[in-house]
Amino acid sequence: MTTHKLLAENVNVYYDQAHVIKDVSLTIEPNTVTAFIGPSGCGKSTFLRLINRMNDYIDGFRKTGHILIDGEDIYDRKIRVEELRKKIGMVFQKPNPFPKSIYENVIYGLRIQGINKKSILDETVERSLRRAAIWDEVKDNLNKSALSLSGGQQQRICIARTLAVEPSIVLMDEPASALDPISTAKIEELIYELKTQYTIIIVTHNMQQAGRVSDRVAFFYIGELIEYSDTKEIFINPKKELTQNYITGRFG
Amino acid sequence: MEALDTPIESNALKSDIMTHLEEELTMLKSEITVMWQKVISQLHKTREALLEFDKDLAREVVSAEKRVNALELKIDRDCENIFALFNPVAVDLRTVLAVLKINNNLERSGDIAEGIAKYIISANEPFDKELLEKTQILRMYDETNSILEDVLKAFETEDTRMARSIFKRDELVDEINVKANAVVADFMRSHPDKIEEGLYLISMIRKLERVGDHCKNIAEEIIFNIEAKVLKHKSKKKKEE
Repeated sequence: MTTHKLLAENVNVYYDQAHVIKDVSLTIEPNTVTAFIGPSGCGKSTFLRLINRMNDYIDGFRKTGHILIDGEDIYDRKIRVEELRKKIGMVFQKPNPFPKSIYENVIYGLRIQGINKKSILDETVERSLRRAAIWDEVKDNLNKSALSLSGGQQQRICIARTLAVEPSIVLMDEPASALDPISTAKIEELIYELKTQYTIIIVTHNMQQAGRVSDRVAFFYIGELIEYSDTKEIFINPKKELTQNYITGRFG
Repeated sequence: MEALDTPIESNALKSDIMTHLEEELTMLKSEITVMWQKVISQLHKTREALLEFDKDLAREVVSAEKRVNALELKIDRDCENIFALFNPVAVDLRTVLAVLKINNNLERSGDIAEGIAKYIISANEPFDKELLEKTQILRMYDETNSILEDVLKAFETEDTRMARSIFKRDELVDEINVKANAVVADFMRSHPDKIEEGLYLISMIRKLERVGDHCKNIAEEIIFNIEAKVLKHKSKKKKEE
């Protein structure tokens, strides 16, 4: 039927009277990195959070339109949110490891699912930490508290925790904005590596980051999707003046 | 002098894993190398076509010029993408800038090969062997192609000493160019029926001299890339320091 990993159709979001997402339609293909950019309050984070239904419990939240993942409407009544979130991982702006060991952090999702077999857990820990490009740094200290690590390492532990439950989409909400340049570079390289296995959607305020890591860029402005195109197109020859003004920093 | 100046090792801070930008730069460098070899081959073919009066070979050069042009556009576009998407700085920035300018100089050298090929196609009869000998055009060919190859080697091995040696070697090419006037004038006086041939030959020599100039520009870019020194419009003595 369709090969789109994600298809959003005429999506509107309201928080009470405020109309925060205005008739947004877009498609995202598998194994790509898509960056959502735009000034604060433009709706990019709200849109990202729609994808794993994190807005559901916000007071006054109301949505119209459809979001389909692998052809299935994720707001359909028969969808169980816990199941959805297994498929769609999320990494937040500030690293948020649990006050537990590195090992327990990574397998947290599996424990919730009732998986306790040591061989499976061990294997998951190593695989996830390797994919998150932090295995070599922590392999000898898996029982150390995750909170003892640096910010950049904590963020990669959080990414490993997300990957451990084998999602197919990874959402990232400014995953490097709280990190120093070296850690940021590591996370960016990681994102570039991860797209071979996952579909990644990243919200970023950092234009250069969007350029470096993404295949496609969606520019949001006051709830509207202004321009959505290949990253090269957006950064070399944006079609809309608003986009050009934003990415060149000429915003009034 | 340059032996004492050890440039900052560009990957001192980095691990052995290539970053995305490094991958892009490696690809860019390999593309410009392909362009380089294509231009060297084009020039070499015009030498053979001239010597053997092989018009088919000359036509081959003219038709292959389209590929050189396409490659130039591709490399330009890749540089543009790297600027826009990666915002390169320091040595990475200089590399992309250098490649962009080297690309332009190579494309112009490719045009020169095409121009010479067109003269060969237009000529009515084989070029006088004695004239070829006296003008030293074949030697000029060998020298320019050898310079073009060495400047490529300097680029690939980041050898600025080799790049600096180009400035001196271009002098030989210039000298042949300067002397050619008198030689060709003599030839035309003694062969009034072959004036056209003399004019073609002097035009070819002028063109080859330009290839030498492009090589000098390229050498300057290589030095800029690696040492961040700007040698443009400097005296020859200063450049060789």
